[in-house]
Amino acid sequence: MSDGTPTGSGERPTSAESEDQQREDSVGAALGKRLRERDLSAAPAALNLLESNTTADREQAAMLLREVSPAALGGEAQGHIVGVTGPPGAGKSTLLSALLRAWRHPSDGESKSVAMLAVDPSSKRSGGSLLGDRARIDFDPADRGVLIRSTAAGERLGGLAAATRAAAQALAAAFDVVVIETVGVGQAETEVADVADTVVVVVQPGSGDVLQFLKSGIMETPDVLVVTKADLGQIALATRRDLSAALRSLGTKATRVLSVSSVPPPEGIDELIDALEEQRTGTDIAARRLRARRKGALLDFTAEHGERGLRALGGRPAAERLLEREDVGLDTQALVLSLERVAERADSPR
Amino acid sequence: MSSDQSPRLPERDRPWMMRTYAGHSTAKASNELYRRNIAKGQTGLSVAFDLPTQTGYDPDDELARGEVGKVGVPVVHRGDMAALMDGIPLGEMNTSMTINATAAWLLALYIVAAEDQGVEQRSLQGTTQNDIIKEFLARGTYAFPPAPSMRLIADMIAYTVEHVPKWNPINICSYHLQEAGATPVQEIAYAMSNAIAVLDAARERLGDRADELMDDVFGRISFFVNAGVRFVEEHAKLRAMGILWEELGRERYGVSDERRLRFRYGVQVNSLGLTEAQPENNVQRIVLEALAVTLGRDARARAIQLPAWNEALGLPRPWDQQWSLRIQQVLAYETDILEYPDIFEGSKVMDGLVAELLAGAREEMAIVSEHGGAVEAVPYMKAALVDSHRARIQRIESGEQVVVGQNRFTETEVSPLTDDAEGGILVVDPAVEAEQIESVRRWRAARDQQAVDAALAELARVAAGEQNHENLMVPTIAAARAGATTGEWAHTLREVFGSYRAPTGVGEASAAPADNELSQLREEVAGLAEKLGRRPKILVGKPGLDGHSNGAEQIAVRARDAGMDVVYEGIRLTPAQIAASALQEGVHVIGLSILSGSHRELIPAVIGALRDAEVDVPVVVGGIIPEQDVAQLKQAGVAAVYTPKDFDISRIMHDIVGIVGAECNGHGPSANGSA
Repeated sequence: MSDGTPTGSGERPTSAESEDQQREDSVGAALGKRLRERDLSAAPAALNLLESNTTADREQAAMLLREVSPAALGGEAQGHIVGVTGPPGAGKSTLLSALLRAWRHPSDGESKSVAMLAVDPSSKRSGGSLLGDRARIDFDPADRGVLIRSTAAGERLGGLAAATRAAAQALAAAFDVVVIETVGVGQAETEVADVADTVVVVVQPGSGDVLQFLKSGIMETPDVLVVTKADLGQIALATRRDLSAALRSLGTKATRVLSVSSVPPPEGIDELIDALEEQRTGTDIAARRLRARRKGALLDFTAEHGERGLRALGGRPAAERLLEREDVGLDTQALVLSLERVAERADSPR
Repeated sequence: MSSDQSPRLPERDRPWMMRTYAGHSTAKASNELYRRNIAKGQTGLSVAFDLPTQTGYDPDDELARGEVGKVGVPVVHRGDMAALMDGIPLGEMNTSMTINATAAWLLALYIVAAEDQGVEQRSLQGTTQNDIIKEFLARGTYAFPPAPSMRLIADMIAYTVEHVPKWNPINICSYHLQEAGATPVQEIAYAMSNAIAVLDAARERLGDRADELMDDVFGRISFFVNAGVRFVEEHAKLRAMGILWEELGRERYGVSDERRLRFRYGVQVNSLGLTEAQPENNVQRIVLEALAVTLGRDARARAIQLPAWNEALGLPRPWDQQWSLRIQQVLAYETDILEYPDIFEGSKVMDGLVAELLAGAREEMAIVSEHGGAVEAVPYMKAALVDSHRARIQRIESGEQVVVGQNRFTETEVSPLTDDAEGGILVVDPAVEAEQIESVRRWRAARDQQAVDAALAELARVAAGEQNHENLMVPTIAAARAGATTGEWAHTLREVFGSYRAPTGVGEASAAPADNELSQLREEVAGLAEKLGRRPKILVGKPGLDGHSNGAEQIAVRARDAGMDVVYEGIRLTPAQIAASALQEGVHVIGLSILSGSHRELIPAVIGALRDAEVDVPVVVGGIIPEQDVAQLKQAGVAAVYTPKDFDISRIMHDIVGIVGAECNGHGPSANGSA
């Protein structure tokens, strides 16, 4: 395990060795190691740990994340992180069920293991949440290659909990595909874009929302736009045409617009999977993820320490520069820790 | 009133049709029960099918486990239907079948059973419930997505109006809406909106022939309503429905024949209000509810079936059902209610109530219409029902709504009625399931397989064809004749139509206003979250085929309002699904609800599946669980059992928080699983 551990200390005194030993024995490190070895059964317990906010668990979680950091993996995690977002009722769950079937039982090629993180909004009043997406996604309970986890968005509206971002990065070490499903367009889409390799926005025919958002610039252009319910015929075609026209007039890059129908016989699912794959190979994943980790670290740091914390770092641009100087193999959590160290030093009396 | 004008009718009215909702174990056992009931003076049949038959699975399907013969009779093929109706002259009998998703299939089996008796389909009388919208809203025994489900209904209407003209192809059900918490206004509005969706679909299906046949179609639509214990208002509700129905017929469908404009309904009175505590009180509740549907002649039921006093305890025995039949007979033959014209005519109170309900219902119907009609408005209506139900439970919890023996006057002597070994209910012999599995396998082995394959292929072809092209009833009847099974018919259609999960309504349910009780609960949950390191997460779901999800939904909504993360899994779950979900979701506790009586088989199966998946979290169970089964469930590893007498959901929540807290103390500071 030591071959890929982030360096920085230079020398290796005995105390560090025993620290290493300790880390190896720790629950978090063990889970991280199992994920790195693509042991999918480690995922549920890993997620429990990543979601926990007791001090002890957070230390373990940091160790877990270190084990699946690019440095430990010797490169970026191999899993494809796909963000899927769209307004309620657009047909996301049905689409995801169809995608899940196609990934698990492809007509040709090897089947892919899939983790789905379904993010639901929390109730603002009670803090509790109703996570109903799972019930809408068809899956075979005996299939060990599938994991579906529902999570609450937490306090921020339309946002992704820090735990969800960490979870996606950790699961990408073990699973071939990691899907993050969120509800909404605009804000939710932006947050997903910060962690996903590929962003899919799902639209149902006849809904003008996405068109509006695209034109107004509230929404960044997604990598793939999917128009569901192609079986509706004319109206689905028209929606697809409008979206393509809007994208052209914005002069945007190669956003693909696809039509799918999930009612039997399903249409367009294989094409969507091909489009995701093409998009992935056409993207510099390493650069995108590095950006995501740095952005995530800054978000997490600010969520924890607020503007005051940022000022201690010398402001946002200074913080960004600090992050750019860090090792590219560090995981988000490690980046946050290094920001915290700098802030502490700045805060302590000279 | 002048002296020459008698306040009485010149001739006493004929009584309504009297039925008992019955069926269990096997076709043969149910046939014996029907014959005994007819001998006791019952005038129509009301067939209760088991859940596998209602949802389209054969007894040997994994999902049928624990449910075969439980809440009704299993009817798998024409042989079963023949045995069920053996010795009952189908040309004379009036049979009501509580069947929805698979209604076309059961009607086909009934037609074939009649053929076997030498009776033509033209002379068959009866009703198939066949109301799929309320299955999506309240009862959960749907099989196909909304569009093909509506097509099946329209096809049945189009077929029966020509070939089985005395059949009521659909009963628009407001009954289950009230069970799901509907207020009288919601019950009226949603039932009428539902009827509009069905009639519009039928009109479209009839195409060119709509003008010619629409009067007949309208005249054949009947309703299945509910009546609660507030029987004066409930009677007003039925009068209001009659007014709206006639209006709808005249204005929307151009019907002018008075006879066909009449609002015809059958009724089963309220089961939701029946209590487990002091269950003998249910008898007077049932009597008063029966008055709601019989007192006023202008809105009197055509057919009545009454629940039994012990329905909140478990399945009623023949003797319990006899008691309910006798209530009807006393009402019809001993009292004088059938001797008068409408006794509420000219009553200011009654007219005022009716006007109030009409205004409310019209408003609510307009909202449904704005959503695009009943099919499109299912999520809206579902969420509204979950909300109303929650409000009702809160009124009972607070004591604002009195339920005698439950939240007031709770001191009681021991009831001699529940003194026997089974606690005063029917327990279906668990050997029935194995017997039925054996029987369907024998049936499949003995039939002409080629004929069945061809019939099912033809069914698939017609199903895949364009709508309004060929009627699905034709290949359905052919498949019934060829010897196909219920599961095969439904499977063939699922392959073409796809399967479906209805909206749960819980996601949209609004948050409860925080009272003291809830605030305290939230504090407890927050404290627990602190200990656990994350919010307590609960998995709520229903194993088996029972679709009565109201209880599970209320638990889910309240858990969320208390601040928990709730994974709501919905209905029709296998033990393996529950175990996989619990593991993947990292929940701290699992809440399961079962009302069909299959808990004896299903709960131990779920616990076994959890053990196999190495998920070690407490399981709590709620539903219609007889007292004497509680010990057995606890022995199987269940942490707590809640029955209808535990009506206070806040108390249940406190309890669950306590159970999770104790568990987490036992397992160290963080309950993070060891998978």
